[in-house]
Amino acid sequence: MGESDRPRGGPLIGESVLRLEDRPLLVGEGRFLADVSFEGELHLRVVRSDVAHGVLRGVYLDDVLAAEGVVAAWSADEVAHVPAIEFRMTGFDELRPYCQRILAGEYVRYVGDPVAVVIAEDPYLAEDAAELAFVDIEPLEPVMEATSPGAPAPLALEHEQGDVDAAFAGAHRIVELRATVGRHSGIPLETRGLLARPVDGDGPEGNRVELYGIAKVPHYNCATIANMLDLEPGQVIGREGHVGGGFGVRGELYPEDLLVTYAALKLGRPVKWVEDRREHMVAANHSREQAYHVRAAVDEDGVVQAIDGEFFHDQGGYVRTHGATVPNLSVALLPGPYLVPSYRARGRIRLTNKTPAGTYRAPGRFESTFVRERLMDRVANEYDLDPVEVRRRNLIPAEAMPFDRGVSTLGTSLVYDSGDYQRLLERLLTHIGYESLRESLAQRREEGEMIGLGIGMFVEKSGLGPFDDVRVRRLDDGGVEVVTGAASVGQGMETAMAQICGDVLGVDYTDVSVRHGQTDLIGRGMGAFASRVTVMTGVAVYLAATELAATGEPAEVTFNTDHMTYPYGAHAAVVRVDAGTGGVAVERYIVAYDVGRAVNPMLVEGQIIGGVAQGVGGALLELFAYDADGQPLATSFMDYLMPTVAEQPPVEVLLSEDAPSPLNPLGLKGAGEGGTTACGAAIAAAIDDAISRPGAVTSLPATPELVRSLLRT
Amino acid sequence: MTEISAADAAVPVVLRVNGDEYRIAAEPRRTLADALREDCGLTGTHLGCEHGVCGACTVLVDGEPVRSCLMFAVQSQDVEIRTVEGLAAADGTLHPLQEAFWRHHGLQCGFCTPGFLMLSAGILETSPDIGDEELREALSSNLCRCTGYQTIVDSVRSVLDAGEA
Repeated sequence: MGESDRPRGGPLIGESVLRLEDRPLLVGEGRFLADVSFEGELHLRVVRSDVAHGVLRGVYLDDVLAAEGVVAAWSADEVAHVPAIEFRMTGFDELRPYCQRILAGEYVRYVGDPVAVVIAEDPYLAEDAAELAFVDIEPLEPVMEATSPGAPAPLALEHEQGDVDAAFAGAHRIVELRATVGRHSGIPLETRGLLARPVDGDGPEGNRVELYGIAKVPHYNCATIANMLDLEPGQVIGREGHVGGGFGVRGELYPEDLLVTYAALKLGRPVKWVEDRREHMVAANHSREQAYHVRAAVDEDGVVQAIDGEFFHDQGGYVRTHGATVPNLSVALLPGPYLVPSYRARGRIRLTNKTPAGTYRAPGRFESTFVRERLMDRVANEYDLDPVEVRRRNLIPAEAMPFDRGVSTLGTSLVYDSGDYQRLLERLLTHIGYESLRESLAQRREEGEMIGLGIGMFVEKSGLGPFDDVRVRRLDDGGVEVVTGAASVGQGMETAMAQICGDVLGVDYTDVSVRHGQTDLIGRGMGAFASRVTVMTGVAVYLAATELAATGEPAEVTFNTDHMTYPYGAHAAVVRVDAGTGGVAVERYIVAYDVGRAVNPMLVEGQIIGGVAQGVGGALLELFAYDADGQPLATSFMDYLMPTVAEQPPVEVLLSEDAPSPLNPLGLKGAGEGGTTACGAAIAAAIDDAISRPGAVTSLPATPELVRSLLRT
Repeated sequence: MTEISAADAAVPVVLRVNGDEYRIAAEPRRTLADALREDCGLTGTHLGCEHGVCGACTVLVDGEPVRSCLMFAVQSQDVEIRTVEGLAAADGTLHPLQEAFWRHHGLQCGFCTPGFLMLSAGILETSPDIGDEELREALSSNLCRCTGYQTIVDSVRSVLDAGEA
């Protein structure tokens, strides 16, 4: 890296400097939730339903309370006054009846639904005692498919633009596709957890409770917990420590967060809960499960004039904090980088008796990109065109930027801010030597190998507003302090923020300390999600540092925006199929991604390569399967398979800065999700090519079982 | 029925970790990982699954990488245990593997990192001549959810190569 040779005081934005975060993490001094302990702490264990759907006849805790070390045990009656957990995003009144209470009262709706808590002096004893709880459930028939007629159907998201019916009436050809994406999720290596510690306060709020293990959206979570437990907002304080991966899953407000905080306040002692892995697999948000039926009206040149699509979104047993975010994003971003003048979509939200669903890295885009790109491949096949040629004919031209998609998402109107999609595609094709690569793969197929190439394109979104506050001041020791309400989920945000600040002030980034996730340090904060931190917090840091440089005084600024920024990319995959087992090996993987401007290219590449690993997992391996009774079949790392280094392909990253965002002074777009977005699409296309069966793969993950069944038919 | 409380069931155990001796009382069911973290205060060893797959809890036992969630504390006497806290020199100088993970961006959230470092330390000491394919196979013992592994492999490879020079 040559880091030690880097001149101090030089430009920092755009430099691959080494991370500020790493030393404590390398020497075992990380402060992840489970590493935090306080004198006299108690340990909480959750008793969960082992039935997917049923009437909760009673929860009997006498034996629990008599067990060694137990301090308290409660079922729903104890917390009946605590309201259901509200939406953080994309809420609809129609969904409100399906919000989750912190303990199930009358019904249980998925295996893992919390029905009681046990609090004991020791975690082993809490777990022993929880085994003694008698939970009387009268089973009901579970609903296991979003498409089944019995699934509660609170809401359909509808969108229509252009004249869809006319486009279909006048179509040269109608191309149709049914496709499904399987249920999988982020699975951070650190499970969830929370430690709530009551502290005597001398301030106006009186007594307070500090929350360790809080992540992603500390300000929102603390304020919401305070509201739900009838406390003043300032009484709940977030103390973000190290966070072992986020990916959309961690840091949303879950029942356990309320249960732990409630217990600490009620018992007047620190209460700690560390989720175990089996719990995580049934209790933390799942994602992705959507079943699509789409049709394209295509003209004689292979140009898609309209898409008419419908999908069923499997929400699981409750609607959680994300409300309708995932299906909303699916609807908004399904047309992707293509013109598609007319577009209609209906996203049908269905409740089932599975773990509730939320967002996971590239939510709604991994799914809709798989479907759209499969559809484009099908157009290519039906028109006997090269898949790349079909894409060239349909891409939005650079001259059309900014391009109003005519749809809104996450409360913003979706306007692609900048981009040259064609140029990025050509760059990818040049890099892989498209024509010669296709020839060499065809040659290998002739020699008996099942090997193929697939391409997927997409538009991502990033930098969700509406605001970010930052304070910057010089410290007496010559350093600079940045205070933000953003959060770290392990992505290297401290380094990126320090680079921007240092670049403006002409100080080295190692002299900048970035404080985040402490809710009593700054009045409000949006946290870390939706690839927003580099854009929103980064620009706020830039503005605050610029003001400090001009005035010499500590600066506090707010960066506001009404629009998101839209990075875009193209993936290419080369895969080999084992004819005997149906196993798919990814031989080569290439990501071309335009992020407008990369603050730290090394960290951006790290995000992309790591994103590919999660995309490969979703494309080939990861699946939360259930049996017909609603019992989860993937509750450990033995049966929920994630890529190891053996499954992960070498990833070539073509980092592009062709299209800086015009919406912020640094031209930044977020980089957190584009490594994942088109993995399903590109790998599915590559499998088709490998087995010489155009359009064969219509569901993910493409497990050996599925590929074998394709080979047999 | 006679009640046997956990405290009564605890037995004295002596653990030798990073050259230090820890005298603790542990129930027979207490895992080595919990003993290291809770009784010895060495929280650098992390628990990602507690069923022996993810490898975040990997420590060296007599030089061999071991899942400390699959060993009991009472089985861990009379052995030399090394954890991530013992990798850097006493003056704070990073171990070459730690330095390499930093330089090659071999970590993001850092939760799996102690396990990968100890796994790699075991490889470095027992198989310094390991080939690329074998190295990937050995590193496939552990899970990382952030990096996509590429930079982890690069990190370890760079230290192995430097050793050969």
